[in-house]
Amino acid sequence: MADRTPVIVGVGLSDYPKEPELDNVAHHGLAIRRALDDSGVKLTDIDGLMCFGSYGVDDAPTMAETFGIKYRVLDGTFAGGTVFEFFAHHAAAAIRTGQADTVLISYGSALLSSQGRNLGTQMFTSAARQAGPLQYEVPWGNPLVGSYAMAAKRHMHEYGTTSEQLAQIAVDTRDNASHNPKALYQSPITVEDVLNSRMIADPLHMLDCCVISDGGGAVIMTTAERAADLPSIPIYVAGSATAQTHWNIAQMPDFTSTAAAISGPAAFAEAGITHADVDTLQLYDSFTITTLLLLEGLGFCAKGEGGPFVGRGGVLRFDGELPTNTDGGGLSSCHPGMRGIFLLIESVRQLRGLAGEVQVPDCEVAVACGSGGFLSAMGTVVLTKEAP
Amino acid sequence: MTFDPAAIAAQTVIEGRNLPRLETWSRPYWEATGRGELLLQHCAHCGAWQFYPRPLCTTCGEVPEWEVASGRGAVHTFTVIRQNRSAPFKELGPYVVAMIDLAEGPRMMTNLVGCEVDDVEIGMPVQVHFVAADDEIALPFWRPVTSDA
Repeated sequence: MADRTPVIVGVGLSDYPKEPELDNVAHHGLAIRRALDDSGVKLTDIDGLMCFGSYGVDDAPTMAETFGIKYRVLDGTFAGGTVFEFFAHHAAAAIRTGQADTVLISYGSALLSSQGRNLGTQMFTSAARQAGPLQYEVPWGNPLVGSYAMAAKRHMHEYGTTSEQLAQIAVDTRDNASHNPKALYQSPITVEDVLNSRMIADPLHMLDCCVISDGGGAVIMTTAERAADLPSIPIYVAGSATAQTHWNIAQMPDFTSTAAAISGPAAFAEAGITHADVDTLQLYDSFTITTLLLLEGLGFCAKGEGGPFVGRGGVLRFDGELPTNTDGGGLSSCHPGMRGIFLLIESVRQLRGLAGEVQVPDCEVAVACGSGGFLSAMGTVVLTKEAP
Repeated sequence: MTFDPAAIAAQTVIEGRNLPRLETWSRPYWEATGRGELLLQHCAHCGAWQFYPRPLCTTCGEVPEWEVASGRGAVHTFTVIRQNRSAPFKELGPYVVAMIDLAEGPRMMTNLVGCEVDDVEIGMPVQVHFVAADDEIALPFWRPVTSDA
């Protein structure tokens, strides 16, 4: 019987961090072409497409038309920046069941060049009156950063987490970025640099916040059987799961707990791994507090102990105890609005042994965990070098 | 904690704020704010309270009823927004966005007003403070509990 275990056979990055001549679709195009080249898959082999974008421009059916993809499975799920972990989860199921044989997951965004760096510090409202649950939030002027700041404040209140400990996350991530010539910011920083940077929303400073960049990425998944005939190094999708605790921040049940505590254990169980098996973590780091909450949610430290865990310093570095966001993460390298696809791509780069200066030795198991919305939706994907 | 009407007026400027659209389930809530009442949904079947208003009880799926809330609560968490590029907030100076634990149980976002931003603490007791937004509705700001309220 054919081995329909889902594998990633191709990944591609668009150009980043700032590419003023590229629009969203151009980023998709560069990333898709590079993923096709990487995999040896032909465009005409693709029978599943998963992407999210704006209606009429880069939404899923428009992208299928734009790139000439004759799909059997189409998925335009919205779950914020982690949607690419959701797509990998959906693609794995489609591939296992035979609904699709070769699925393309794609992303492209010209956020920095088209809109500047305002994502976290502006309101997303128009003159029209606000419909839906956001109508209970928008009158209060809570920009995106404020939601994460309230989570950080509550974590500090309950567990004594400090700004110095959060800052160490930015410092370690910047150390990783210093080895990535494409990273938006590459010069090493200190805890003092973070604490001395402008306060945006207490207790989050500017350097507790991710960068805003342009960028894009594509991932091609197929069956292990098909992968055997392709030239690239296949990486197994050994486990995946998705969950959300709320969508809007005002509905977050517990400001110190996230859905990573649901999707993480489910994905680990499917893959049959424990924490000790994990060689590298790629975590959605929209803000330093996001990294901390995901570390706790996934169980790499006990709830409330994330501060002391990262505060030792160097833990998250590529040569540290728990190599995390080895490309420099959203905090220093690349965040075009939705970072989830880069978590998958960096995991594959590490598992293939192609991560250069930041290569984690003997890297066999990687975990990608995304956060979408406002610490709301969280998808976890366990990727392995060997068959699960 | 003193109640300073002038200071509160400066913190509760309505002009430029994005206001709610009155929809099927939000209309009763917002119309009550215009009468100075804070409405929550309460489920007679399972006893759960909920906010924001919606068609069904999220705990058990039955149809909830409206109840007038006490307007009392405590700060669950908060932040001081020091950078917001959008009007009118960019003109306000530092302001507090807070989550309030209502006495009845649900949680609600607001601007905490009537005190200095540096005086806000988690757990601080607060009360609702309605400010008319138009002819129909008021926005439920919250402020520290005061004796002269």
